[in-house]
Amino acid sequence: MAEESKPVRKKSAGEEDLLTIGVSPHIRDSDTTARIMGWVIIALLPLTVYSIYIGGLSTLVVIVMSIAGAVATEAVIQRLRHIAVTVTDLSALLTGLLLALTLPPRLPFWMPFIGGAVAIALGKQVFGGLGHNIFNPALVGRAVLFVSWSRYMTTSWLVHPKAGVVNTAAVRSIDAVTKATPLYTMRLVRQHTLSLSASRYYKPLLFGNPWGCIGEVSALLILIGLAILLAKRLVDWRIPVCFVGTVVILSWTIGMDPLFAALSGSLLFGACFMATDYVTNPMTAWGKVIFAAGCGAITVLLRFYSNLPEGVMFAILFMNGMTPLIDRYVRPRPFGHGKRLSEA
Amino acid sequence: MQLVQSIRRLLDLRRGATPPANKDTASISIEPGPTPETVIIPLQQHVGSTCDPLVEVGDRVLMGQKIGDSEAYVSAPVHSSVSGEVTDIKEHPHPTGQDVLSVFIRSDGRDESSPDVRPPGDPMEMSPGDIRTRVREGGVVGLGGAVFPTHVKLSPPDNKPIELVIINGAECEPFLTGDHRLMVERSTDIVKGSLVIKRAVGAQKVIVAVEENKPDAVESMREAGREHGIEVAGLPSRYPQGAEKTLINSVTGREVPAGGLPMEVGVIVDNVGTAAAVHDVFYKGTPLVERVVTVSGDGVAKGANLRVRIGTTFADVMDFCGGLTGRRGKLIMGGPMMGLAQYTARVPVVKATTGILALRGETLFKDETAHFTCIRCGRCVKYCPMNLTPYILGSYSDAGMWTQLGDFYVDDCIECGCCAYVCPTKNPLVQLIKVGKEGVAHRRRKMEGLEEATSRKAQ
Repeated sequence: MAEESKPVRKKSAGEEDLLTIGVSPHIRDSDTTARIMGWVIIALLPLTVYSIYIGGLSTLVVIVMSIAGAVATEAVIQRLRHIAVTVTDLSALLTGLLLALTLPPRLPFWMPFIGGAVAIALGKQVFGGLGHNIFNPALVGRAVLFVSWSRYMTTSWLVHPKAGVVNTAAVRSIDAVTKATPLYTMRLVRQHTLSLSASRYYKPLLFGNPWGCIGEVSALLILIGLAILLAKRLVDWRIPVCFVGTVVILSWTIGMDPLFAALSGSLLFGACFMATDYVTNPMTAWGKVIFAAGCGAITVLLRFYSNLPEGVMFAILFMNGMTPLIDRYVRPRPFGHGKRLSEA
Repeated sequence: MQLVQSIRRLLDLRRGATPPANKDTASISIEPGPTPETVIIPLQQHVGSTCDPLVEVGDRVLMGQKIGDSEAYVSAPVHSSVSGEVTDIKEHPHPTGQDVLSVFIRSDGRDESSPDVRPPGDPMEMSPGDIRTRVREGGVVGLGGAVFPTHVKLSPPDNKPIELVIINGAECEPFLTGDHRLMVERSTDIVKGSLVIKRAVGAQKVIVAVEENKPDAVESMREAGREHGIEVAGLPSRYPQGAEKTLINSVTGREVPAGGLPMEVGVIVDNVGTAAAVHDVFYKGTPLVERVVTVSGDGVAKGANLRVRIGTTFADVMDFCGGLTGRRGKLIMGGPMMGLAQYTARVPVVKATTGILALRGETLFKDETAHFTCIRCGRCVKYCPMNLTPYILGSYSDAGMWTQLGDFYVDDCIECGCCAYVCPTKNPLVQLIKVGKEGVAHRRRKMEGLEEATSRKAQ
């Protein structure tokens, strides 16, 4: 085309600069992945701080090393995969924190680091990163530690002397009897090898639990965390409610104290923070109900009819595996489909 | 009702999103818009066939004179919004993105009315058929933005009796306030117009549906409708409350079957603007030559609700409102949730222009993900008013899996934008779904072609 035939395009009003085009919607909600992860971390903070207060330096080491392992692994693997390093979306940090809170308060310092690394590498990145994993990464990390070093993972659940606020005579006497976690004690009670009232455990479980994992230190603080998540509408209420509800009902039908069943072990923590992980639970409301009820049923099964000390972890992991199947078959009924027309 | 809503809110059972309303112009009265030197009137401003021009270059036309019409049933004529001379008839950019044959008319500034502009007599004495003819001649289309020819909507087949007319004053899109102002300022006209619509379809009842964030509109419509037995339904302010199917569901509890029309559940829905336009056709005699346009957004100097002549360019309207401010961002026809971003301000205001929204570059959202990424938060599923699974639609569309996409009801998507709005990873879900619908349709055509070819071969 000849030079001189090019028309000179005249600018008209409102056209001095180019306008941006794009498909609607032209506005977006301000929530981002990083902000959601940040809020979950905030919801976990009261629990984390209190557990460090109770558990001291050793607890802090576990938490820091677990987070370090998770974040470092995320960055290294993403660098190796030649993709953008997304540690700023806080999801690796959250995974590390969640893992730490499921670990005993005293471990060799390298163990939580390996746990964090495994959680990210094996639990998340091998599947393709955030959003693609089938199993909850933190629980994958915990499961690997649990089967690899089960001695550390179970017997270091010792009464910590600094659990002063709750280190009452009652607690000491229970502990003197069994040297075991409340849940294990109640299993002995159920097998009639011991007679003890479950209600003695309510107060320590709620306000300062000297047994168990870092994140099990106070049921009350877990519930406060859940309240934050629910108030920000970050998690669906169906999962914690149906999960704990199923455990309570089933425990009660087999003759356990229902409130004790709800408060003890890692149930509350698992139901509020692990089962609610976005990636690994179903997308639909009824799917979530099925998922949570399944988690609850398997938890009771493992708690009282297996050799495992607690069933929550494997229950959630098992139901994580069922999630794609649930999403395949439980779908919402699209508007205007399969419903008879209302009588006019 | 209040209790039920509270429980639904507590249990998180509601669908639809709650984008910030931004109804800054809600208290500004409707004012006359600019008087342009030249209007550019596209011959396609409705769903259906494009009109043929009835005038030639050099002709003198009068205000309200019909300048384009079509033989087709699903179509609506267009009229001149000024008096003056036809200077050109050529293709021109249209807000929907294509170039459309348009009539350029240079105004003589006198606004001389065509002799056709006179009231046709009392519509309440007319037969439904006559009402429909007059509505068509008046060029009335759905002014909520969908621009479906109103006379077609007013012609339900005999086996689908219409029992209820819903006048849509929900105006759920953020920023837009034109319908709100109409309900406050012209409630009597809306009532009269809706009574004509009611007569045309033989309905027993009229309900005006308004979102509860407009208490003055609810009050004003209730006042005006009382003596005619017209009810006002206050609906929760949740986007997309004003979408036809959602609205019918909210008001009557009925679900329009997928792929079907509201008449299948005995309802027709007309926008308050449409009702006012019907009023004008019968009581003033004026065809649809102007409409209320909300000008808003942070990229315009002064927000307003204007009565703008069809054919006025966006540039003229923006200049009238003090011009664009800040870095250039988006210039959108309609609201921010479903509006169409324009590439030029030379496009004219058409019957579908509910508003012109200017978003400045500094605050503009432009962080869509390049590829579909999902953290499976489930918000898109929770908020979808059509109960679809947008995350599946988005991922299948991104992967080009058209066969599977069809199985997930992609055709039922109303493209309201709730899913993309709430998505924390900022997936362009509506864009993916639009592409997906095209992909599914293309594949379907191809398969039908193949089947035809195979059956021909077999014979």
